[in-house]
Amino acid sequence: MLEPILPLVSKPARYIGGEDGAQVPEHGPGRVAWLLAYPDTYEIGLPNQGLQILYEILNERPDAVAERTYAPWTDLEERMRAEGVPLFSVDTHRPAADFDVLAFNLSAELTYTNLVGMIDLAGAPVRAADRAIDDLLVGAGGHCTYNPEPIAAFLDFVVLGDGEEVAGEISAALAGWKAARVAGDPVTRHDALTALAGVTGVYVPALYQPVTDAEGRLVATRPIDPAAPELVEKRTVADLGQWPYPRQQLVPLTEVVHDRLNVEVFRGCTRGCRFCQAGMITRPVRERPAEQVRTMVAEGLRRTGYDEVALTSLSTADFSGVEDVVGAIVRSGERPAPADEGEGQGPGSSLDCGAGLGGPGAGLASDISVSLPSLRVDAFTVGIAAEIQRARRTGLTFAPEGGTWRMRQVINKLISDDDLYGAVESAYSQGWRRMKLYFLVGLPTETDEDTLGIATLARNVVEIGRRHHKNPSVTVSVGGFVPKPFTPFQWFGQNTRQELERKVGLLRDALRRDRGVQLKWHDPRATTVEGIMSRGDRRLAAVIEDVWRHGGTFQEWSEHFDLQLWLDALERQGLTVEELAYRHRTEDEALPWDHLSAGLHKDFLWQDWRDALAEVGLEDCRWTPCYDCGACTGYGIEHVVASAVPPAGGSQGTGPSPAAVPVALGRRPVPAGAG
Amino acid sequence: MRLRVRFSKLGKVRFTSHRDVARIWERALRRASLPVARTEGFSPRPKLHFGLALSTGYESLAEYLDVDLVEGTIVDLAVLPEALTAALPGGLAATAVATVPPGTPSLQHAVTSSRWEVEVHDLDLATVTARTEALLAAPELVTTRQRKGKDVSDDVRPHLLHLQPQAHPAEGVLLVAELGAQNRGLRPSELVALLGDGAREGRVRRTHQFTEHDGTRCEPLPAPHALERAS
Repeated sequence: MLEPILPLVSKPARYIGGEDGAQVPEHGPGRVAWLLAYPDTYEIGLPNQGLQILYEILNERPDAVAERTYAPWTDLEERMRAEGVPLFSVDTHRPAADFDVLAFNLSAELTYTNLVGMIDLAGAPVRAADRAIDDLLVGAGGHCTYNPEPIAAFLDFVVLGDGEEVAGEISAALAGWKAARVAGDPVTRHDALTALAGVTGVYVPALYQPVTDAEGRLVATRPIDPAAPELVEKRTVADLGQWPYPRQQLVPLTEVVHDRLNVEVFRGCTRGCRFCQAGMITRPVRERPAEQVRTMVAEGLRRTGYDEVALTSLSTADFSGVEDVVGAIVRSGERPAPADEGEGQGPGSSLDCGAGLGGPGAGLASDISVSLPSLRVDAFTVGIAAEIQRARRTGLTFAPEGGTWRMRQVINKLISDDDLYGAVESAYSQGWRRMKLYFLVGLPTETDEDTLGIATLARNVVEIGRRHHKNPSVTVSVGGFVPKPFTPFQWFGQNTRQELERKVGLLRDALRRDRGVQLKWHDPRATTVEGIMSRGDRRLAAVIEDVWRHGGTFQEWSEHFDLQLWLDALERQGLTVEELAYRHRTEDEALPWDHLSAGLHKDFLWQDWRDALAEVGLEDCRWTPCYDCGACTGYGIEHVVASAVPPAGGSQGTGPSPAAVPVALGRRPVPAGAG
Repeated sequence: MRLRVRFSKLGKVRFTSHRDVARIWERALRRASLPVARTEGFSPRPKLHFGLALSTGYESLAEYLDVDLVEGTIVDLAVLPEALTAALPGGLAATAVATVPPGTPSLQHAVTSSRWEVEVHDLDLATVTARTEALLAAPELVTTRQRKGKDVSDDVRPHLLHLQPQAHPAEGVLLVAELGAQNRGLRPSELVALLGDGAREGRVRRTHQFTEHDGTRCEPLPAPHALERAS
């Protein structure tokens, strides 16, 4: 059915499965069949670690099986629709309708129309309310589901937080329901939904209703079924060490993004950057034991044949054991000393298939490169630079986010100009030539001076580079800020599209004649749509469906993004960008995600918002006193760190000399409840 | 030391591209812990040399790859095919390995022709046979093709070395063809187009590649093929 079409479409290798680590599970009536979906292309979706973790965990269970699917590119979708080929799993090319659950990983708002398209391609009604007992149960998890209201109408269930434990509990809940169905008991779809609502961390939108006041403003979102809890709490895996997944990272047969071994070293972040939703919703910090990281790296490289490993987290240089781990990777792979080589027993002399053809090390891994994709400049030391440099170098990216120290106090990214210059100096001195710097524009209280500070920083970085190399280059990547739920900036009115465009223009003009600085920016039109979705409510389902029906898929892709589709759809629904994105929220206003909990106290977030406006920074709470955000106390978990000693360097209370901090850090002045 | 490997590419993995297969081999050789020599410089690459590219979507029983190993490496050739196959994804298998002496011409230059099995759908055996005979009888076969974005006319008759239609066990006709590979050669899809109206290309499989050496034709590796034509 599918294979005859594949020679006719672009890049057919993304639809064939067969990756190392792929599974061909045995389906059966006693097993809940999951089709794990990523609503973007295979190239973007395959590397997703969350999906890979669930894929393995579910397939290890006796009551579940899991396969994978990704959004077919437009050429294939067209042919599928023409020939009546439904959404299929890449693993066995099984049609979606043969599964019980279609579960999406949602990490970007602009994929929402793809989600709708894939549900439709799977053969299920796109609206959950229209689905019958034989239709798929459609679920979603991932960072976007902390405000699932815009897509609530399409979803039967939503998962908040870490998936490792809850995926199994959902399987168990549905296995009972499926068994009753198979046995011919009179069960309903509603029974499945109430069973799901009984699992902590699972939100079933159909069991809730938004309540509005006379003017149509949201008052609250309330349960309308006794099975539904008032407040849905996120799930948090207490000990990452118990979940060394993925054990069998998928090795794609064709090119994908992040095509390397990925090992997650910790989850959560306590730096408290106020714009960063990931840092807020994944608290508390849970580090993987350094020994386990070393094992996962060594085993993973051996098994996959990759020559690059990324140590992933929200800020990998913060990992207590980072220098040890990087050092161990580099040293384990170094070629044997010449003395060992000269004994007629060159590498590869012992031919043992089990241990590999060249014996341990075999002079291969010295070519391994280590990347730390998320680095904070204040934790990037010469030590780390030197360790990475011993392996093969990859590009280096720093994210100062704000152009001036004032701006960085507002957003609580407390790295000084000197921290940045110091890190850059370390990197250049160790041989790097190219740097990437990430910034945001449109942050709260931002002035043109702050925006232009980005140009100044970039210029100075190139200047430092010139002391070490002839032609250093710096890529400055600028994104428009989107306020996100469960952050202190959730109340902030996003900059208008025109304002973001103006700020990008300022930078473009300022850097026009700077050799060595390359400016890139995220399209402010796309940022605007992200902003609408990020804090939207249930009224947006009609907008998303409208855009999809008018052909608006792959909106993440600039060649497909079409702002006019969105503006037209909003107008048809009587909604405005002003109200949804540009408007400041008030303290007493109900937010569409108030019935969901990321573990953070709302008054903590409000206080932090006020601190931001007062330009007061907060230290990293991992090594200093608690601000009672709620994440640790609420779940009875402490930050789990592999080392008792903070990593060296930095201005945020983690460095060896507090005297180096350029301004006094404000302590939270009033206890919780104020504001 | 240079190893020459023959490998097959069958089933769904046929949809991977030439570049994909190169990447897959780099990883497979690392998984097998074979010490592959690397280029010098800022971004060292393993020294692998592939032969004529196989179009995405075509199967093959006879792909070739040369691998330079680190000086002084000792390997047991007898177990190498099995070990390499274990390190490759399903559908790719190493079927023969031998060392080649230094100075052996590159696969790109040495291979002069390939033998193919081409499924032709939507035409019966009699029609294909008649059209095949007409093609073989023609003194020249001028085809227009694109080269660097321009239309160029080529006589491809010299590249049509052998052509034999036979009944296909499942569907349509199986065409066994030997096509020249050098100087742009002749591609299976172009051959099917030459058959004229109604001919539709089905599965295509390369079964052999040949080199010319002192006037005799031989395969890049003397070892027999491990795999016979499957289904």
